[in-house]
Amino acid sequence: MNQLPALAVVVPLLMAAAISAASPLLRGRRRLLDGAAIATSVAVAVMLAVIMVRTAHGDEVYWFAGFRASRGVAIGIDFTAGPLSAGLACLAAVLVTAAMTFSWRYFDEVATYYQALMLTFLAGMAGFCLTGDIFDLFVWFEVMGVSAYALTAYRPEERGPIQGALNFAITNSVGAYLSLSGIAVIYARTGALNMAQIGASIARHRPDGLVVVAFVLIISGLLIKGAIVPFHLWLPDAHAVAPTPVCVLFSGVMVELGLYGVARVYWSVFGAALGHRGAITGIFLAFGLLTALVGALFCFRERHLKRLLAFSTISHAGMFLAGVALLTPLGLAGTAVYVAGHALVKAALFLCTGIILHRLGSVNESWLHGRARHLRVTGMVFTVAAFGLADLPPFATFAGKAWVEASAAGRDLSWITVVMIVSSVLVGGAVLRVAGGVFYGLGDPPGEDPQMAEQASEETSETMPSRGRTPLSMIVPAAVLVLAAVGIGVLPHLGSVVQAAAVRFQDQAAYNATVLGGAHPAHPAAAFSMEKTGLTVADVASGAGSAIGALLLALAALYWRRLPVLRRGFEPGAGLVRPIRAFQSGVINDYVTWIVLGIACLGGVMALAFR
Amino acid sequence: MQVFPFVVVVWILAVGLYGIVTSRHLMHLIMCLIVVQSSTYVLLLGVGYRTGAVAPYFYDVPVHTPAVDPVVQALALTDVVVEAAVSALLLAFAIQAHKRFGTLDPHELVELKG
Repeated sequence: MNQLPALAVVVPLLMAAAISAASPLLRGRRRLLDGAAIATSVAVAVMLAVIMVRTAHGDEVYWFAGFRASRGVAIGIDFTAGPLSAGLACLAAVLVTAAMTFSWRYFDEVATYYQALMLTFLAGMAGFCLTGDIFDLFVWFEVMGVSAYALTAYRPEERGPIQGALNFAITNSVGAYLSLSGIAVIYARTGALNMAQIGASIARHRPDGLVVVAFVLIISGLLIKGAIVPFHLWLPDAHAVAPTPVCVLFSGVMVELGLYGVARVYWSVFGAALGHRGAITGIFLAFGLLTALVGALFCFRERHLKRLLAFSTISHAGMFLAGVALLTPLGLAGTAVYVAGHALVKAALFLCTGIILHRLGSVNESWLHGRARHLRVTGMVFTVAAFGLADLPPFATFAGKAWVEASAAGRDLSWITVVMIVSSVLVGGAVLRVAGGVFYGLGDPPGEDPQMAEQASEETSETMPSRGRTPLSMIVPAAVLVLAAVGIGVLPHLGSVVQAAAVRFQDQAAYNATVLGGAHPAHPAAAFSMEKTGLTVADVASGAGSAIGALLLALAALYWRRLPVLRRGFEPGAGLVRPIRAFQSGVINDYVTWIVLGIACLGGVMALAFR
Repeated sequence: MQVFPFVVVVWILAVGLYGIVTSRHLMHLIMCLIVVQSSTYVLLLGVGYRTGAVAPYFYDVPVHTPAVDPVVQALALTDVVVEAAVSALLLAFAIQAHKRFGTLDPHELVELKG
C-alpha cells in the first residue's frame, strides 16, 4: 500500500515535535531549525505534487492501519486524495515554504515555537484537504485553527495581536462547535462518519429536516473560516496583527480551505440527497456576491496595507463561493484555478508589504506615499502582482475567472459577470493605487485617517527596520510566486485537465465506488455536463478591460483632488466612516451576534428551499 | 429515542451563545464558549445512548448484549482534548489582554476598529 498521503501529514507533525524538542539543545543555532523547517515543507510540497499528478486518472484512497472498507461499510479512517484536494494542499505547502524563506531574515530573533507552529499549521491544512472522514475534517479544522490562533498572537506582548487572536479564536471556535453539532446530527441519522458512506446512506431518501439542519450546521463553521459576509469580521483583525509571513498563509490558503470544505462536504456527502437544486445555487450565489461587493468596497477605503489586502481576500472569497455555487464542472474548475492564481499573487503582495515594513517600518499608505521609490524591485513585483489581482491576462486569476464567467453564462446567469468585474476593478484599483502612490509617488497622498494611522504605526515592532538593502531571501520568493501565477495561467490544456478533475470531484457515485468498493469508474459523470474551456477574444478583452478599469480607478483615486470639478476638501464616502466603524467594531460580542444572525438567515432560506 | 436530551442540547447551546453575545468580561465569555462546546458532548452522548444497554466493554457478557455506541464516546473524548487546547490558549490570551489593556471588558479592547 502506498503511504504517501499519510506521510504528507505525518512528516510535518513529527518534524514540528522534533524541532520543539531540539530547540533547547540548539540555542543560538537558529539557522539549523529554520533550514530543517524549510526542508520539511519542501518535502511535503513535493509529496503532494506527486500525489496530485498520480491521481489525475483516479482518486487514491489510503486506509489508516489497513482497515479497508468491507462490503460497502467503512470501518477505518481514510484519506481520499484527488488532484484538486492534493493540489490545494500542495499550494499550502508551497506558500509555507515561501513564508518560511521570507522569515529567514525578516525576524531578528525567532521564538522556537514559530517553526513548529508553521509545520503544525501545514499538517492541519494538508490533513483537512485529504481526509475522507467527516469527524476528521473537524479535527483537522481545529489543528489548523489552534496553530493559526497561536501564530496570530506571535507577539503576545502587544495589544493588537492579543485582540486579533481573541476575535479570531472565539469566532472560529464557535463555528467549529456548530460544525461538530452538525456532524453529530448526521451521525445520528446514518451511523457513519465516512463521507462516502454518509452520502450513500442519505441519498436513498428525500432530504428531511434533520439532513438540512446537519448541512446548515456543518457549512456554517466552514463559511466562518471562509470569511463569507456576515461571518467575515474576524478576518481583517487577524490579518492586521498577524506577522506578515503568516498572513500569506491566512489569505492564500486558509480562507480558501474553508470554501474547499464546503465544496467537499457538498459533493461528497450531501449533493445527491439535496439534489443539486437551483435553490442551492441561488443561496450560495447571494452570499458569495454580497461578500464580493462588501469586501471590495471595504478594501477600497482602507489605508492600512495589511487590512486592505485582507478585505481583498474577503472579496475574492465571495467570488470563489459564487464559482462553486454554479455547481458545474467548469465553475468548480475555474474556481480552483482562480484560487491557485489568487493565492500566489496575494502571497507575493503580502511578502512585498513585509518588505515595506522591514525597510520603512510602516504599513500606513498615507505616510508611505512616495517614500518607497528606492525599493525598485519590490515596487515592480508589487505592481505586477497587483495587475494579477485585477485579472490581467495571462495570469491564472484571469483564466480561472473567465471560466467561472463562461460557466455562469451557460447557466443563464451572465449577470454575475458584472458583479465580479466590479469587485475585481475595485480591489485591483485599491492595490494599484497603493502601488502607484507608495512606490512611484504618483498623485497626492490619500486623506489621513487618524485612527488608521495609529493602527498602522502599531505594526512597527514586528520586524527590526533595516535601512540597508532588501535581503534576497525576501524578494526572491515574492518574484517566484508572481512568475508561478503567470506560469499556471499559460499552461497548455489547463482548462480541460482541471475540468476533468472537477468532474470527478463532483461525481458522488464514482467517489462512493472508489472509497467503499475500491473501484475506479472509467467515465465519471457530473450532474452538469462539461463545457468548452477555450478562452475567446471576448474573455481576453474582459480580463484586460478589468485590469485597465482598475488602473483608471487607481489613477482617479490618486489624482482626483486635482480635478477642477470637485470642490476642495471633498472626501467621497466620508459620511460612511461611522457606520463602517460600528460594523467592524473589533468587539467580539458583535461578531458573534452577526454570526448567529447569519446562520439564522442561512438556515431559514435553506428550510424554505427544502420544505 | 427520547426527546429530552436533545431539548437540553439546544438549551445549552442557546444559553452559551447568549452568554457570548452579551458578555462584558473575557473570562466569562470564554466560559460561555466552553458551555457552547458542552452542548456537543451532550449531543454526542445522547445520540449514542440506548435504553437498557450496558457500557461498551465486551468482556464477561453474553454475546448479544446490547451496548451503547462506543464511537460517540471516542468522539466526545477527542472533543474534550480539542476543548482543552482551545481553552488553554484562549485563557492565555485573556491573561495577556488583562496585562496589556488593564481590563477584560471586550468593549474596552479598542486596538482594532474599522
